[in-house]
Amino acid sequence: MPPSRRTLPTAFVLGAVITAIFLALALASFFWTPYDVTKLAVMQRMKLPTNLHWLGTDNMGRDMLSMIMVGTRTSIAVALVAVGVGVGLGLPLGLLAASRHGSLLDEAVMRSNDLVFAFPSLVIAILITAAFGPSAFNAILAIGIFNIPVFARLSRGAALSLWQLDYVRFAQTAGKSALRISVEHILPNILNVLIVQMTIQFSLGILAESGLSYIGLGVQPPTPSLGRMLADNRTLTALAPHLTLIPGMAIVLIVLGLNLLGDGLRDLTDPKLRGRT
Amino acid sequence: MRRSFTSHFMAGAVAIGLSAVAFGGAWAQTSVTIGMQLEPPHLDPTGGAAAAIDEVVYANVFEGLTRFRSDGSVAPALAKSWDISDDGKTYTFHLNSGVSFHDGSSLTADDVKFSLDRARAEDSTNAQKALFAGIESVEAVDDTTVKVMLANPDGAFVTKMAWGDAVILAPESAADVGANPVGTGPFKFDRWVRGDRVELVRNPDYWGDAVALEQATFKFISDPNAAFAAVMSGDIDAFPGYPAPETLAAFEADPRFNVVVGSTEGETILSTNNKAEALSDVRVREAIAHAINRQEIIDGAMFGFGTPIGTHFAPHNPDYLDLTGQSNYDPARSKELLKAAGYENGLKLTLKLPPPSYARRGGEIIAAQLREVGIETEISNLEWAQWLEQVFRGKDYDLTIVSHTEPMDINIYARPGYYFQYDNPAFQDLMKTLDVEADPAKRSALYKQAQQMIADDYVNGYLFQLARTGVVNAKLKGLWQNAPTQANDLTAVHWD
Repeated sequence: MPPSRRTLPTAFVLGAVITAIFLALALASFFWTPYDVTKLAVMQRMKLPTNLHWLGTDNMGRDMLSMIMVGTRTSIAVALVAVGVGVGLGLPLGLLAASRHGSLLDEAVMRSNDLVFAFPSLVIAILITAAFGPSAFNAILAIGIFNIPVFARLSRGAALSLWQLDYVRFAQTAGKSALRISVEHILPNILNVLIVQMTIQFSLGILAESGLSYIGLGVQPPTPSLGRMLADNRTLTALAPHLTLIPGMAIVLIVLGLNLLGDGLRDLTDPKLRGRT
Repeated sequence: MRRSFTSHFMAGAVAIGLSAVAFGGAWAQTSVTIGMQLEPPHLDPTGGAAAAIDEVVYANVFEGLTRFRSDGSVAPALAKSWDISDDGKTYTFHLNSGVSFHDGSSLTADDVKFSLDRARAEDSTNAQKALFAGIESVEAVDDTTVKVMLANPDGAFVTKMAWGDAVILAPESAADVGANPVGTGPFKFDRWVRGDRVELVRNPDYWGDAVALEQATFKFISDPNAAFAAVMSGDIDAFPGYPAPETLAAFEADPRFNVVVGSTEGETILSTNNKAEALSDVRVREAIAHAINRQEIIDGAMFGFGTPIGTHFAPHNPDYLDLTGQSNYDPARSKELLKAAGYENGLKLTLKLPPPSYARRGGEIIAAQLREVGIETEISNLEWAQWLEQVFRGKDYDLTIVSHTEPMDINIYARPGYYFQYDNPAFQDLMKTLDVEADPAKRSALYKQAQQMIADDYVNGYLFQLARTGVVNAKLKGLWQNAPTQANDLTAVHWD
């Protein structure tokens, strides 16, 4: 018995809920955190969760919940802007290449994208931050650059098949410019693929930001970040496992949530799967 | 059926394994595995500054004319005695007889002359050439007598000859000594598995008292977590420079281990660029000093291991002046000073931190403490290469944290080009006076005067003396507690 078309898939709901919780935590941290994250209290360090500190305190006596909130905000902000950079540059490049399919320009755009793509993302990120110094801005730049070819390839691929369709050909014959066709006819039709890819890149961005922070190339202290919380506390795992478990779980949950959300969105927007999930 | 057979077999194998382990404990143990955080670049103590070199070979593979004892005093080694001429400029060393190198050749006065001349030569790569700078000439009188002529009397010359950089090599093996060390010590170099360990074996022909150990392995483990696991599991018998003080509590609670806390020569300081705009004002430097809560840093960054210092001198030294009161924690005073200096509306400084945890963790704590008095710091975490480039050589920084581990290194304040750029002619004159002063009482007074001077000028923020925290198997005896020099002297090590 197929479920009604109106029912949302469980994975999608779960992903959306998890993502919403972390987004809410991150947004709340702009206005309020239980404690000041830059305030140290060495005497209160490594406390287990209590009703004063819901997630305990870290090795400097900072409140873990506050750190997680601000750390999540940092990760989300970096990943979001990085995805923005990827879409902002990758999408126009991809659409342009598709509209000039087979031309020298198409080749040049796509081959230079291949070049960037050939480097493992984290290696690019390390290169950039090593050259320009560790900071949130350079982390964004590093992760963003890696996102450009992802979106360029995706949008070019999706757009290419659309360019063969009758209505696009008709618009062409009617004298519409390639730019107008790309914006008015191609873009709306590849939006669903783009959104799915954005959630996936977003989760990869969170992972990349955590990775960079872990090796000390992300945002610099005292701004908390999930990756650095892991790195700072890793030698304390034997004494106070919650210090690494909590930020580790936070990263896992955010990434899991975003992936479930992305999968759910793909299923929802894929006409071939509609009604089957 | 088959499965149950296999599992029985496995259980049996495990039981046999366990009993082997149990028996193993009962055998008289004659080997030891020592953990070290850093691997030496090579094994030539006369050709490199890396502490890890001496930590493998000092007193074990190589010996000098004299040597340091565990309490920092100097004892005879290859030289059984020495005479000092009345003018204090000629040292006649009498060598022990019957000493041979690991390659079988015997030690003669010519080897001593060769080693000292090699160390002080123009093209010498010795990291501590200053030790030999006072030597005018070396003469081999006969096989077991060496005469060293100095340009000026030097009361510390015998101490200088105890350094790892002053060990005696043979001319035949000196060229390749970095990869294949040939010395006169109680242990012979056996092999070096790069990236993992160096193995030494007992030298059966050793001239001095025989050592208890047959074999010694130095294992290099840089990751604090791996170090913890290796010691806990018993793979490592002793980790004298244990890199994770935060886990020492776990070892203290375990009767299988002794936690050894000693002192080092490492003055850990908040190095301050005295030529940076705001920091050239002594009031700002004093304000920083009063903003620092040393105990909080020691507790937070070092988990309680460390001794507060108020100047650049080791507290275990008899000449040490306790000046911590002069730069006590007093945020109110700090704010007043900042106001007087015109920074009541805040001040922004860079804080560049090298990798060790004392710097990274200490940096976050100091940043928070400075924030309390209105100084904002911009932290950047640097790798050692970047730190050396930007901070140490480039002097492009306001504040940094680093441990100065060389012994008696207060004379670095007499170098205006040194990275904290302290340029005080009075201090430079003081060091010149000290250099030529031989009278111990006067030297002591000069050292105290020097400590006071840099404390009065608040050149750097003086934080704490780095503790030497080690974990040692409770049954292993005879390792050094303190580190008067960089060494893991195994000559007295034995199992109970």
